Amino acid sequence: MTMLDTPLTGRVEGPNGPDHHPDHHHASPTPIGFWIYLMSDCIIFASLFAAYAVLGNNFAGGPGPKDLFEPGFVLAETALLLISSVTFGVAMLKADKHDMDATTLWLVITGLFGAGFIGMELYEFNHLIHIGAGPDRSGFLSAFFLLVGTHGLHVTFGLVWLCVMIAQIRMKGMIPANMQRLATLSMFWHFLDLVWIGVFSFVYLVRLI
Amino acid sequence: MSAHSDTSHGTMGQLMTGFALAAILSIIPFALVMMETDIAPSTLVAIIMGLGAVQIVVHLVYFLHLKSSTEEGWTLAATVLAVVIVAIVLAGSLWVMHNMNANMMPMTEGNMVMDPEATPGASMSGHEDHN
Repeated sequence: MTMLDTPLTGRVEGPNGPDHHPDHHHASPTPIGFWIYLMSDCIIFASLFAAYAVLGNNFAGGPGPKDLFEPGFVLAETALLLISSVTFGVAMLKADKHDMDATTLWLVITGLFGAGFIGMELYEFNHLIHIGAGPDRSGFLSAFFLLVGTHGLHVTFGLVWLCVMIAQIRMKGMIPANMQRLATLSMFWHFLDLVWIGVFSFVYLVRLI
Repeated sequence: MSAHSDTSHGTMGQLMTGFALAAILSIIPFALVMMETDIAPSTLVAIIMGLGAVQIVVHLVYFLHLKSSTEEGWTLAATVLAVVIVAIVLAGSLWVMHNMNANMMPMTEGNMVMDPEATPGASMSGHEDHN
């Protein structure tokens, strides 16, 4: 058996192996991977928006958007979510300076605004179901509850993640792994605010004209 | 995370610019709807959807820091792919369902109750009518 040109017999390239390129810092694959997840989530939301667009006029003799939607209420929800997005941005700036207490504070503020948003949404859903405009009333309301509910569920899980994130920061400090997690959660949170733009424009406002 | 511009989380100035733009782009459509202006409904729909699209771009740039250079362009590539699929799903659904509704037999309240299965696009509205 002849000797093959294996790594053992070939040129020795140093401790990092032959594939290491010192001029190319390859960062963690998490940001791009998470972004691809968000884009697939975006497609889920698109199909729910499409369902709402198709079923949006099927009232089954029941109440329509003008009977149910209150623009002032939706504006308040929009403001809460937008402000929470900005406060998360501030938390990221504090995290860049490795200021643990300030980061925690701004994450808590973000959580409060997010919880306010979810509280308003739960109030709205509860109110709609109470007056007989639940998801079983018409195709319009099924699509409405499915789309807005899916968004609300995302924000709820974002809040759970936010609580876990705060606990991780308090326990481990501003270590690189926590910075990565923060950046990932930040993407998730801003993405949910981005989807909400579609919700308030397409689900609420254009139906109130 | 490195201190590269690729992975930075922007500056306070960027954040506040994004906040101001997003706030303005949110308040205008709400104001247009709440003040009940004289603008034609179809124009108003176009304005609201247009402002929404602009605000999505504002969020991508100022909050999500999407740049063509991030991850050697793969982030932007994934985003463009998602936008294309979203456009196909939305436009395709509306087109197909509109065509289907347009080609259905004319429907009255009466036959909606009698035969809801005849019009799948409208069956959600048909089967609960009791008249």
